[in-house]
Amino acid sequence: MTAQPLLSACGISKAFGGTPVLQNVSLDLWPGEVHVLMGENGAGKSTFNKILSGVHTPDSGEILLNGQAVSIASPAAAQAHGIALLHQEPIIFPDLDVAENIFVGRQPQKGPWRSINWHSMYEQAGELLNSLGVQIDPHERMGGLSVAAHQMVEMARAMSQNARVLIMDEPTASLSPDEVADLFRIVRDLRAQGVALVFISHRLEEVFEIGDRITVLRDGEFVNTVTPAETTKEEIIRMMVGRPLSSLFEREAGSIGEPLLKVEGLTRTGHFRNISFEVKAGEIVGMAGLVGAGRTEVSEAIFGVTQLDAGKVFLDGKPVNIRSPRQAVQLGLAYVPEDRQQHGLLLSMTIAENITLPVLKQFAQMGWLRARQEREVAQQYTAKLHLRAARDVSQAAGELSGGNQQKVVLAKWLLSQPRVLILDEPTRGIDIGAKAEVHRIMGELASQGMAILMISSELPEILAMSDRVLVMREGRLTGEFNRAEATQEKIMAAATGQQMVEVAA
Amino acid sequence: MRFREIGILVFLVILAGATTVREPRFLSAKNLTDILLDIPLLMVVAMGMTMIILSRNIDLSVGSTLGLSAIIVGFIFKSNPNFPVWAGAIIGILVGLLLGALNGILVTWLRVPAIIATLGTLNVFRGLVFVVSGGQEVGANDIPPSLIELSRTSPIQLPWIVIFAVLVTIATHLFLRYTRTGREIYAIGSSPKAARLRGIQVEKVVFLAFTLTGGFAGLAGIMYASRYGFINPLTTGAGLELSVIAATIIGGTNILGGSGSVPGTVLGCLLLGVINNALVITNLSAFWQLAIYGVVILIAVAVDSLIRRQLERAAVDQTR
Repeated sequence: MTAQPLLSACGISKAFGGTPVLQNVSLDLWPGEVHVLMGENGAGKSTFNKILSGVHTPDSGEILLNGQAVSIASPAAAQAHGIALLHQEPIIFPDLDVAENIFVGRQPQKGPWRSINWHSMYEQAGELLNSLGVQIDPHERMGGLSVAAHQMVEMARAMSQNARVLIMDEPTASLSPDEVADLFRIVRDLRAQGVALVFISHRLEEVFEIGDRITVLRDGEFVNTVTPAETTKEEIIRMMVGRPLSSLFEREAGSIGEPLLKVEGLTRTGHFRNISFEVKAGEIVGMAGLVGAGRTEVSEAIFGVTQLDAGKVFLDGKPVNIRSPRQAVQLGLAYVPEDRQQHGLLLSMTIAENITLPVLKQFAQMGWLRARQEREVAQQYTAKLHLRAARDVSQAAGELSGGNQQKVVLAKWLLSQPRVLILDEPTRGIDIGAKAEVHRIMGELASQGMAILMISSELPEILAMSDRVLVMREGRLTGEFNRAEATQEKIMAAATGQQMVEVAA
Repeated sequence: MRFREIGILVFLVILAGATTVREPRFLSAKNLTDILLDIPLLMVVAMGMTMIILSRNIDLSVGSTLGLSAIIVGFIFKSNPNFPVWAGAIIGILVGLLLGALNGILVTWLRVPAIIATLGTLNVFRGLVFVVSGGQEVGANDIPPSLIELSRTSPIQLPWIVIFAVLVTIATHLFLRYTRTGREIYAIGSSPKAARLRGIQVEKVVFLAFTLTGGFAGLAGIMYASRYGFINPLTTGAGLELSVIAATIIGGTNILGGSGSVPGTVLGCLLLGVINNALVITNLSAFWQLAIYGVVILIAVAVDSLIRRQLERAAVDQTR
């Protein structure tokens, strides 16, 4: 290592719309090191990377390159400084071949007409790929290659631009073990060449295998930088989750009845395997796990959005075969998706229209809608949910704040009086007050005997709301804890695969 | 896609064979010349359309652009019989470039989806044709004989308008294949989002594609006057967009952009030209042509997406 770091981030802060996302984060990056960045979902890792790669600019703090303060105002500026970001989903042109994906906009030219020298481009691409030790034909169409190959091509592109800092955002998330081994070989090669690598991963084994140093972020703040030798997996987990438990939500455990929803061996190839659990009347079951663990896919399959390859779903102990969301609603299921803007609400329609949508038939007489009755019922429900709409229920849903939108979605499903309610990240992106309200409503619904399955990536929310906690990791159920035994550490361990916990049948 | 090009050639041969059996005059020198003279117009405009569709856009206004350029130049000749033909041709191309640039502004700056923007200008430009002409046709007597000659004489056995079309085709091919901007058209069509992240100036490139296409349509307007010896406000260029889009798609350009080639489009134009001629020469009603165009497009696109899906499935299986 040389005397000064290649890149130093000093006291970086960033806020989006008043919400601080990064607070005073500092980090040194030495040439020839693999620096692992860890933290829960929403800890600020992505924002930090986007600042380094010029997508966002920091509100305060500075970045030093070789000891010189630089401003990285755009992705082009980052590139000029030799900083390359590899997105989690590689950015590719599927119709172009591998060589063009590497060189687009920078193709080698020749002659007075500066025409593209295809021959030289394929040659250079071949050399680059060879130097990375990967077997990819530069003539191959990009769209026909695997995600792993896309990443290799992206790395070749970064190298062709003489990148000295390579930021990799969860590069292993969708790779097979063999592909990960391949990737690590390349990472080590680049490290040996003096490239500084920032590596984001949620898999603790990988982190300890590849990382030279590990920096942990939590809630946008720097926690610590350690070397793998001086720490343990348990300690890393503690650093990631070790915030004081918020006392915001407290829920009394109610009386729990018979199982309402029960699933056995649910499998959807490529997404999840052998998922079995049950949700009882009056119970809130929290489903924890990292983003991409397959939780949303499971709930979508239960709700009939996608089809199952194997497994059984029981409602009230009776086997059901749900083929469409419409059928799911008729059977008494409700599903509040994560992305309410895209899937949960019709933003241009009014609050009342949104709320009554699933049960429109109740308000129709011989095919004609009774608008007044529709409005009255909508008003009842919005009052019940303390929905503070600026005007009244004839306001467009798109004009509401995130928290109020979520309440409209809840009202919509409550009106259809479901027996089983599936909520996907019910409080993501809404303010604290609205959050508490949503939690209160959930508690009330459960005490009325509804069975609730809540997907959440926020551990405090999971711990505060759940009677039981399920943990998924990479498409499998890796943990199940009751309210008394669940801790942040245990859940994180199961979610990151640090240890397998026996799943109670 | 090799498979596609061979497929078109095979279909061409079968079609020519079947037509000849039914009507031996199909292979006469006169008829082959007719085919040769009908295709250039289609081909010049299709070169522009290929660029536009490659960039994940569409231009429905090409027929009206052709009509408006032609009628403006036609009226210049009508009111000024000694106006030089070359100057008229340049004016026609300039008018086309201007109209194309207008489409480009609508699509890039004003962010109107291309299909809506050019559907609008299709009607606006056609309306202007009537305003300019007052509904009057430009007849054979008003078109300079030397312009008509361009469809008959030439230095090398091929009429001038064929040579123009070949030159435009070669230029477009070189542009799309050997310039960075040309390759960026493919990149934009393949993934607009990735193109932006890679620093490609998407708006600039798309604007250029629309402007060039307008210029090509303007040139085609002059070629129309030369070939047919009249310019009719109602019919000149009307419905051309359908043939041009059909030729481009049949030639293998993906309607969603990103893949396709000039040689493919040339084959698509040949095929449409031959189908057209076969329908006429075998005395099938000209009214059928529209329906048959439609059917051919549908078959081509359906076959295309079938092959594509199979290729994708094969790719997925490979990665498993």
